[in-house]
Amino acid sequence: MDQIQAIEVHNLVKKFGNFVANDNLNFSVGQGEIFGFLGANGAGKTTAMKILCGLSKPTSGKIRVAGYDVTRQPDKVKKNIGYMSQRFSLYNDLTVKENFRFFGGIYGLSSSEIKNRTVQLLDRLGLGNDSGKLLSSIPAGWKQKLAFSVAIMHQPRIVFLDEPTGGVDPITRRQFWDLIYEAAAEGITVFVTTHYMDEAEYCQRVCIMVDGRIDALDTPGNLKTNHHAANMHEVFLKLARKKST
Amino acid sequence: MTRILYILQKEFIQVLRDKSMLPMILFIPVLQLLILSYTATFEIRNIRLVVCDLDHSSESRELAGKFKGSSFYNIVNYVQSYDEGAEWLKKGTAEQLLVIEPGFAKNIIHTGDASVLLTTDAINGSAASLMNAYGTSIINQFGREMAVTATGSAQLREALRIEPQFWYNPELDYKTYMVPGILVLLVTIIGMFLSAMNVVREKETGTIEQINVTPIRKYQFMTGKLLPFWIIALFELAFGLLIARVVFGIAVAGSIPLLFAVASVYLLVVLGFGLLVSTITDTMQQAMFISWFFMVIFILMSGLFTPVESMPDWAQWVNKANPLAYFIKINRMIMLKGSGFSDFSGLFFGLVFYAMLTLSLAVFRYRKTS
Amino acid sequence: MKGFIYKEFLHIFRDPRTMLILFGMPIVQVLLFGFAITNEINNAGIAILDESKDEMSIALTDKLLASGYFTLKENLRSRDEIEAVFRKGNTSLVVVFEPQFSSRFIREGQAAVQLIADASDPNTAHLLSVFASGIIRDFSGDISIINKPPLTIRIQTNMLYNPELKGVFMFVPGTITVLLMLISAMMTSISIAKEKEMGTMEVLLVSPLKTWQIVSGKVVPYILLSFINALIILLLAYTVFAMPLRGSLLLLLAESILFIVMALTMGIFISTISNTQQQAMLLSMFALMLPTILLSGFIFPVENMPDALQYLSHVMPSKWFIVIIKQIMLKGLGITYFWKETLILALMTAFFLIMSIRKFNVRLS
Repeated sequence: MDQIQAIEVHNLVKKFGNFVANDNLNFSVGQGEIFGFLGANGAGKTTAMKILCGLSKPTSGKIRVAGYDVTRQPDKVKKNIGYMSQRFSLYNDLTVKENFRFFGGIYGLSSSEIKNRTVQLLDRLGLGNDSGKLLSSIPAGWKQKLAFSVAIMHQPRIVFLDEPTGGVDPITRRQFWDLIYEAAAEGITVFVTTHYMDEAEYCQRVCIMVDGRIDALDTPGNLKTNHHAANMHEVFLKLARKKST
Repeated sequence: MTRILYILQKEFIQVLRDKSMLPMILFIPVLQLLILSYTATFEIRNIRLVVCDLDHSSESRELAGKFKGSSFYNIVNYVQSYDEGAEWLKKGTAEQLLVIEPGFAKNIIHTGDASVLLTTDAINGSAASLMNAYGTSIINQFGREMAVTATGSAQLREALRIEPQFWYNPELDYKTYMVPGILVLLVTIIGMFLSAMNVVREKETGTIEQINVTPIRKYQFMTGKLLPFWIIALFELAFGLLIARVVFGIAVAGSIPLLFAVASVYLLVVLGFGLLVSTITDTMQQAMFISWFFMVIFILMSGLFTPVESMPDWAQWVNKANPLAYFIKINRMIMLKGSGFSDFSGLFFGLVFYAMLTLSLAVFRYRKTS
Repeated sequence: MKGFIYKEFLHIFRDPRTMLILFGMPIVQVLLFGFAITNEINNAGIAILDESKDEMSIALTDKLLASGYFTLKENLRSRDEIEAVFRKGNTSLVVVFEPQFSSRFIREGQAAVQLIADASDPNTAHLLSVFASGIIRDFSGDISIINKPPLTIRIQTNMLYNPELKGVFMFVPGTITVLLMLISAMMTSISIAKEKEMGTMEVLLVSPLKTWQIVSGKVVPYILLSFINALIILLLAYTVFAMPLRGSLLLLLAESILFIVMALTMGIFISTISNTQQQAMLLSMFALMLPTILLSGFIFPVENMPDALQYLSHVMPSKWFIVIIKQIMLKGLGITYFWKETLILALMTAFFLIMSIRKFNVRLS
């Protein structure tokens, strides 16, 4: 059992005025795990993730990411994580290569490291010849994959993906998850939020959020068994129905 | 440290690739300098005058002739009645109306007491008083000449001889005055507007989130954002000075390095301001709007178009917070009079303090974590 | 469609910063123009170099200082100090009395006063020189041994439309124009350009809403805002500065609406030729706002500009609108005087509308 957890969340609460977006969350994620954070829109997934990344301050709670306290040592946390935001977050007016160079440099990679990683990651995607193209000319699905590559470029311990497959066709979604598997195989912990229930099947463990609280936290297999559901979508519906009764 | 270099590299690539940047930096300032310098004048020339001569004497014609011969005036029509003349003023096709009443010549010769009516469109109050002064002085000059011929006495001498001299700009060329001020304006637009829009654009597109999640420090990010525009603005100044020299023949009377030193500090104030605006706005529309708001106030009160000393005390006090006022004054002093550092050291240190204030406020307000 | 307009309204009104400025700006500008900004001369810095320091020179100095135009900055001791005092930047005029001022005057009947003006600001220098000369001539007339000339020509001056020579009358029409341009043209163009830039415009175009509905929806809130703004300015000018409305209020409002619509079509046109918000902003700024401020007769009288620029100003709709406002408010004239200008505005509106529609259709195909 890996003693040092990648992510440890104790009693996380986030309030916006009187509205409780995250209500006393408790969970942990092991190193190298693919952890899914599911829930409907507005359930509080993105809020929680932003706190884990150091983009937002929790109202209360103790959170350790990559071994560092998120509120006290945010910069150490940031050195060890990667992030892909829900809105597209690379620069449209820079080329692929320039985007890689910029973010690589920000993360402190040497120029040779940057060069090597860029070639490696682009080859993996089959975009080796497109490094000189402006991002604006790259089709949408590929942009997402590039953004992911940039996020793991500096080989962080954990990468946070906020709805990475939004608005993308099923084939591209499948390809994206291939990338996630590759990253996990390299030892990177993947923390991914999504509202696509079928993607839950791809995760090792899944946490379902409803109205700011964790309603379920287990492997997809166990969840299906316990809720007598054929797939994760049914699990979710059953949980949602339980709420209303 | 190298992080800043990477940011600068990205910023410069983006700025240079932006197709609207190049015309902005090169073409528009030239146009502005040219047009502004020629339009921004309060000089009065070509006062359109309507003459209503109801006397039809040689004396009245002579008076009208004095106006005709004046370089300030342009007689646009002769009318036969006051009302006809007033129509011209109403339509806006003339600024002044001179009415010489019947019996003018007789009064001059016999009673020594004649009168004329000078009507001025006074909507532009200050122009009106100036036009009135010109008209009055022509009429008075005519009166004196008439007195000499009428009484045959020797040329009346002015008891006090007034000898005016005009230093630094003997031809009273308004452009000489305006160009330094306009240069400040150009440089300010780049410094304030573009820097604010630049940061806000990242907010709007969402790329700022990606930045905030990296280990980049606040000051590194801000330096990266401001430095390119600082450099561009200084380049703009140099470019503008070149145009001033080549097109308008205006050279810098004082020290050019000193000018750039002051400009550098001034730009820090302005950039800091732009940055501050970007921390309180989320969209480019807002940023533009708020920057515009402050710019207009700053420009109007800066002494660019109207003299600062003429403003009431409370306005002058408010002006202490107006960076444009500082730099326009210093710029004019250096460019037109060759003033040295000791002449404006107080203002300079004011700018330094202001720069520190805006920059620290901006850094303080910029939050990577919300 | 109603829902769409409502959403646009919310967009704007929900934003306190924009609201504050939208309504704060006209108020601040009118107040500034009314109370602070003027091109008259008050408190100009003056320095005296009195090489005589006798009765007359002191008396004349007092008279100059009592006029209200000048504030004494320094008493100079020698000619060498003149350059230095100008360099300090606070003095605009130096008055020099030659030595033995009074005795020269009494014995020879003539003495000289030198006025050295810092002409880096030629306007001020000229005015100061004119005013100072006037004061000196008055003084000369007062003490002159030679009696008054046997002939006086009395000049009746009549200041039409603005007898108190209030500066604000000149600026209010221009302020209204500039603000209407800003809101109706600039903000509209940026708002539409934003939808283009963000890609949401395509979403709108694909929806059941027709193009004209989308554009109108975007534009209606700004019409209302501009109109309210214009009213605020007029109200302020009327109440605080006693600016008269000598003509028909209805006519004024009607012309204002015409101008607003015109500015809107210009804004729409700009948005059709811009791809990003920044482009729209820069284009509006340099092709609209700055020329409006400079070439419309707002601050600087157009008649004094070089011919080339006067021709250019004819293309500025703002110039025509300012003429109309002035004629209605200050001269109390009816439409017979400015039907030409009104027609020009209407034609410009039609022109930009047609151009925008063509551009829009080109884009879609």
